[in-house]
This record gives sequence, structure tokens and C-alpha cells, in this order.
Amino acid sequence: MKHLSPKNLKARFATEWLEGGGAARATADDPGPHYPSGCTTIFSPGWEVDATGGTAALCQPMERDLYDCYKTCYWPAQVPDYLNNSPDWHKNCAAATQDWREIDLVFP
Amino acid sequence: MSVPTPSQTLVEATQMHRFHGGERNYAFLVPSSMIFELDETSERVLDRLAGGPRPPAEVVESPEEEAALRELAGVGAVARQGTPLIPLGGLQEVDGPPPIRTVVLNITNSCNLACRYCYEYGDDRIAEAEVPAAMTEETARQSVDRLITDSGEAKDLQVTFFGGETLLNWRVIRPTVEYAREAAQQAGKRVDFSLTTNATLLTREISQWIADNGIGVTISVDGDKQFQDSMRVYRSGMGSYDVIAPRIAEFLKLQKRPVGARVTVTSKNLDVPRIFEHLIGLGFYEVGFAPVTSSPDQDYALGEDGFDELLDQFRGLADNYVEAATEGRYLGFSNLSDLLGEIHEGVSKAYPCGAGLGLVGVAPGGEVGLCHRFAGSGDHDLGHVATGISEEKRAEHLKKAHIDARTDCSQCWVRSLCSGGCYHEAQVRYGDRFRPNLHYCDWIRDWTALGLSAYGRILDRNPQFLARFEGMLQAARQTP
Repeated sequence: MKHLSPKNLKARFATEWLEGGGAARATADDPGPHYPSGCTTIFSPGWEVDATGGTAALCQPMERDLYDCYKTCYWPAQVPDYLNNSPDWHKNCAAATQDWREIDLVFP
Repeated sequence: MSVPTPSQTLVEATQMHRFHGGERNYAFLVPSSMIFELDETSERVLDRLAGGPRPPAEVVESPEEEAALRELAGVGAVARQGTPLIPLGGLQEVDGPPPIRTVVLNITNSCNLACRYCYEYGDDRIAEAEVPAAMTEETARQSVDRLITDSGEAKDLQVTFFGGETLLNWRVIRPTVEYAREAAQQAGKRVDFSLTTNATLLTREISQWIADNGIGVTISVDGDKQFQDSMRVYRSGMGSYDVIAPRIAEFLKLQKRPVGARVTVTSKNLDVPRIFEHLIGLGFYEVGFAPVTSSPDQDYALGEDGFDELLDQFRGLADNYVEAATEGRYLGFSNLSDLLGEIHEGVSKAYPCGAGLGLVGVAPGGEVGLCHRFAGSGDHDLGHVATGISEEKRAEHLKKAHIDARTDCSQCWVRSLCSGGCYHEAQVRYGDRFRPNLHYCDWIRDWTALGLSAYGRILDRNPQFLARFEGMLQAARQTP
């Protein structure tokens, strides 16, 4: 190592290990396990809580989850049938985080 | 919905404490406790990550910096964002608790002093009243047998005599030492002895025997006459300084092994430099300071201001320590030596102390507790020397006390050195021994930062001084 210099015994031990071949395992082309950044990979934040147990600090507003249920993927059944009967179900809700109260029931 | 692509992977600095020593910069990594000196390039890379996770491309601007980033990643100082911390763990998965290497015998619960802050006699005691006052020779022998049986493959064992005032039961100590030597030898083991005393009963004969037998001794003493006599008093209220001073002087002259003083710091004797100077002047090799264990409403308790003041005084003494170390001299400030020893080794503790791990305490009646402070309190008993120590109870304790089980500690950068603090303190303070001692977290962090600063300065000025800890640690490690 050139930029770091091990000082205590634990660091010296680890450095010897790394320089003896461990380094190849730890840093080279091994991509390692996949860890998602931000929220979990399968949910947008609507169903989760932030570190304080609330929803204010989620990386996306929780209301965004509404539109993740619409078109992009998950549970189309949770929103009205936008293909045939209710293509305009969300017309009063341009920005989910502000306008979600404007969404009403639909009656086919 | 955006799914992060590999090109968006962010890197972040992992938990660490950065400190200086002279012109040099260091990083103490958590939880591995490794210490690395950083060069300017690696400093720069870490500085760019100070604000939080960033894409690697924004962190490095040259091949040199990229090399530094790789080195930092190699030692775990930088990681992909969200990489889970490696748990400190390990011991929970081992089959059963580790062997017992140390027994602390509460050889008597009686004391000829009535120190106002005493957890045996004062307001904060947790042991129950009906236990016999003095340990019999028979129980002491059973304790030694239990130690030898339960020590597994461990070769180096330790018997510590504790009290009460240990020397009130002198007639049991002497034959127990002889018995333990013989029993250990037959089992192919070695045994070392230590005792703590208030020095009031040291006679020339006892002092000579202790010297001849190489018993390690710690003397509880609170400083000069004024300090000693304010808390360490006889039942009559009379101070004990005039009794102990000549005895300590004679005792220290006879000993070959270094003798340490243990000072209880209260609001009544909060003057570390004065106490230190006095006790080193009496001839002690080392002086260790322990803030009093008490509920906060005692008048002698160290309040928040008291703890701040204590830290300031420790800081001053640490400066002197570093000065001495620079010249290759040893200043016997044992709190700092202990901390520097742990820092130098890079210990990463899953448990705050050895209680229940490799150490147990035995009450005068033979009941086994986590340590000497718990011995004899029914709720915390682990068994009896005559019938055995419950592996289940030890295992259960170790599971609950493990640092990974203490969520309060999970974000703290000193957790690998502190591990939550004293079980007995927590029991007194919160009624739950598994609670981290949250009332002094800030203090422990400041104290650890102080220790790292001293370590950094010694590294800068006289790194050879640190080799002394390597020998000490090897001796203390007692590998089986």
C-alpha cells in the first residue's frame, strides 16, 4: 500500500493479509453482491418508513407510489382500469404529492 | 420508478474517527479498530466523501486518487453505499461459552471501613444481606477446583481475592494460594494471584508474604489525607489516612511486582493531578481512577459538570503522559495505558468486559455471579462452586449482552472499544444490566478521542514506546 500506512497491530495484520493476496479478492474485478441504493428494489417508498419511523424523509414522496401502481408495473388492479373504462381517472391529480386528495372513486 | 444501474453506484466512507498527531493524520476504522496513517491523496479522497455518498467518478480526479480509493476500499474505509457493516459477532455462534480463566473470590463481605460510596455497604448495593460474611477455606478450595475444571484448555489461570476487606479473611487467603498452586500444577496449568486491599491491615508479615509469593496487589486509596479521610472512613467516622500511610510505605518497599493504586473519584475529591502526584510520590507504580458508581442523587455523585471536569483533568495528565513517552519514560496513569494498549492492539470487543465470559465472581457462600460485583445477588447467580456453573445461564447472558444485540450502540464509533460499559453500573442506574450506560456515552467518546489523540502524538514522536504494550498484551492475552 502506498497511500495508507498501517499503524496499530490490527492494521498491520490486515495489511499483511491484503498484500499477501487478500487484496485481489477484496478489490479487483469482483463486483461483490448487489446492494441497491436508495429504497428497496421492489417497492417504491409508499409502503416503507424512513429512519425515524415516519414517511417525511423517504427518498421519494410516498404518494409517488400511486403512480407506480399505474402503468409502470406492479398492481394494476389497485388503480382503475385505465385501458378501457377510466383512461382519465387521474386527470385531477397531476402531481400526486400535492393533488392526491382530488382522486375520487370511479364508476364504470 | 428508477432502478439504479451499475454506473450510478455510489461509494461512501464507512464509520471512522479521524485524528491527528503532530503533522500526521490518522483514521480509526469502526468496527475493525484498525488505525491507518493517511497521506494527502487519501485524505483528499476521504474529504470528498465527507458530505455523504457520491459516484466514484466525482471522488477521484487522477489515477493516483483512484489508487488511494482502492486502498481505502481494500481496508474497508470506503464501501459501496449500503454495504452492511460486518457484525462484530462470532462468539454467539461458538458452541457454548468460552472457558473460565479467572475467578474473583469475594473472600469476605465484611469491611473494617465504612466508605460512604461503597456498593457493598452503601446505598447502591445489590447483593442480598443474608449471605455469609466470610468465605470458608472449603469454599475457596471448591472455587479453585471449579476454576481448574471449567478452564478447559486454558493454561494460565487467575485467582483474585476481593472483598469487603480481603485481609480480614487473611487466614483463608494463604492456604488457598498454596492449594491453588498445587492443584494447578497437577492439572498442568499455571495460576497467578492478585488481591485488592484498603491497606489498613497490612502488617510486615503479610507484606513480606505477598512479596515472596508474587501476589499482584491493588490498593484502594483516594489520595492525600484530606481526600482519603472525607470518604474512606471507619464506622466511627474517623479517617483512615494516618493508619494506611505508614503501612503503604513499608509495603511498597518490600514488593518486587509493581503495585497500583485505585482511586474512586467523587465530587469530594475531584482533583486528579493532586491525587496522582501524591500517590506516585508514595511509591505507587500506577494510579487508576474510577468515577464512583452511584445513583445520581447522592451528594458525592459526579454530576455532568463533574464528569466534564474529570475529563479535562485526564486531558492534562494525558499531555504529561505523552511528554514522558516522548522521552521514553513511563508515567503510571493506568487508565490511559489500558486504553492505549487496546488501541495499539486494535481490539474490537463484542462484550464490555470479561464478566461471565472468561471471568466469574464467587460470593462468600460459594454462589457464582457474573463478577465480584454481582456475586451473591440471587437474581444474577450463575450457579454454585460446589454444584457447577450453568452453561445455559452464561450463554443466555452472553447472547443478550452481545454488542450486536445493543441497538443503542449500533451507530456509535467507540462501540468496538466500549461495548456498552459496566453491567453493574447499568444495573444500578437502570435496573437492567443489559442497558448500555447511556448516561456516559458522550464522556466515553470524548475519553476515547483523547486516547486516540495521545496515541497519534506518541506515534509521531516516539513510536518505539508503543512496543511496550505488545509485550504486555501478549502476557495478558493468556492464550490457551
